[in-house]
Amino acid sequence: MRNVLTIARKELNAYFQSPIAYVLIGAYAAMFGYFFWSLVYFFVRASMQAQMTGRTMPMNLNELVIRNLLGNCGVLCLFMIPMLTMRLFAEEKSRGTMELLLTSPLKDWEILLGKWAGAVGMYASLLAFSGLNLIFLFAYGKPDWKPLAVGYVGLLLQGAAMLALGMFLSSVTQNQIAAAFSTFVLLLMLWVFEWMSNMDQNVVTEVLTYVSLLRHNESFIKGVLDLKDVLYYASVSFLGLFLTARSLESLRYRG
Amino acid sequence: MIQVDGLTKRYAHTVAVDHVSFSVEKGQIVGFLGPNGAGKTTTMRMLTCFMPPSEGTASIAGFDVVKQPLEVKKRIGYLPETPPVYPDMEVGEYLQFVARIKGVPEKEVLQRSQEAAAKCFVKDVWSKLIGKLSKGYRQRVGLAQAIIHNPEVLILDEPTSGFDPKQILETRDLIKSLAGAHTIVLSTHILQEVKAMCESLVIINKGKIATSGTMEDLTRRNGAVMEVSVPDGALTAEDLSAPFSSIEGVNGVTANNDGGLWRIDVDTVTSADLRPKLAQVVLAQGWNLYRLDSAAVSLDELFLSLTTLGAEEVKQ
Repeated sequence: MRNVLTIARKELNAYFQSPIAYVLIGAYAAMFGYFFWSLVYFFVRASMQAQMTGRTMPMNLNELVIRNLLGNCGVLCLFMIPMLTMRLFAEEKSRGTMELLLTSPLKDWEILLGKWAGAVGMYASLLAFSGLNLIFLFAYGKPDWKPLAVGYVGLLLQGAAMLALGMFLSSVTQNQIAAAFSTFVLLLMLWVFEWMSNMDQNVVTEVLTYVSLLRHNESFIKGVLDLKDVLYYASVSFLGLFLTARSLESLRYRG
Repeated sequence: MIQVDGLTKRYAHTVAVDHVSFSVEKGQIVGFLGPNGAGKTTTMRMLTCFMPPSEGTASIAGFDVVKQPLEVKKRIGYLPETPPVYPDMEVGEYLQFVARIKGVPEKEVLQRSQEAAAKCFVKDVWSKLIGKLSKGYRQRVGLAQAIIHNPEVLILDEPTSGFDPKQILETRDLIKSLAGAHTIVLSTHILQEVKAMCESLVIINKGKIATSGTMEDLTRRNGAVMEVSVPDGALTAEDLSAPFSSIEGVNGVTANNDGGLWRIDVDTVTSADLRPKLAQVVLAQGWNLYRLDSAAVSLDELFLSLTTLGAEEVKQ
């Protein structure tokens, strides 16, 4: 366990020692801030219109602002995750530090679990920054915090699963750009499989729809904690970690 | 301490290391010598459990590299050809990270890292970014990393490559000072380095062991060479060789005068060392003895003759 924590801490520090952490936090804060601002703007205008026309329709912050906001965050993951995972193994391999890790008394799973945990930690700190905006909602309105918390749990689980897949792709190459781009394409494909739900129902479209990352995020965003979706993200994470372990093993044989 | 038996590494189309066997005693420094691409690095990677052998076994301190890799890894320090350092880390931070993953207990981490840094002369750059260090410093940080957990065996892949002459000397002294407490295997293709540091050596060529043994055994040839001067100066070559011919085991003697001193080459039948007897003869004759050595080939000659042989000859 100590080994996992040592590696995780090293990974987390590595993000903050390179510009990646600051660029990503800055970009994420700017995008999230814009989403937040525009959604609140539409919400305020809609509620003013409702008042002027005299029709009092129920205006719900959770439904109109938070749900859309978290949905957009899910999309942002597609762009953020590859940048978080690309260096995990590719950098170690191209710098030759892989030899240090693999000749130290560490088990393979300790290395990859540590790296994954470090990346999840970095991703969680991105999410934490986005939370700053939400303080305003609580200051001026009365959103329900429970669906919001569930939504964040969903984003975290979704991110963790995507990070595991990205880590695997980073472990098969020494080239960070190749790792980032292939991760992006993989995540995008998993995302747009959702479209299959509108096609003719057959086994293929049903399976692919079920596999889609987006689909499983929806219930979380609505504030519904569904065991089925938690299990989905857990199994995608496990798959990513498992493939990474296999890839490390083959690295030893290929040299 | 290190026992290697029939170690082989095959790739799809090539055999990088072909049935290599050797053993290293505790506390020795062994030079692993060979031209570029001979299989030195691959062998070292198998010894450090970085990659498994295709065939054969290797054990370090009694632990098999395939069956008990964790035990082996606890006992080795490894400096790969490019020092495995993170340019974005500070030296001290890096050494503490390595100490932790090598299993140094938490309360000793700082102390051990500082000791290793002091031993390898990198204490003055403790809080500098590794990426900003010169190549020599970086290499020494790599060396500090290898000794931090006080391993029984040190495996160093070309430890002095890229150094300036002063750094080379310092690093050689450092490595020599580490011997005794550690068993050291170092690879190199620089012959002076082997001469300066190693007690015994393994010469590898095209994946096979060309020869191995102690430095003296490998370079000694049967016989001895002397340089003498004769006080009255009026002797011929025959006069000089005659007294030695009667010694038992001597095969042939040649003497020639190059300038001031006579050089006498004595050829012996066996590898028995006849030097004490030769010295007695010289003194009995009343000559002045300037030099008495066992005949030897230079390491350079040995290395060249072994590494330029055809593959068939190497096999025998």
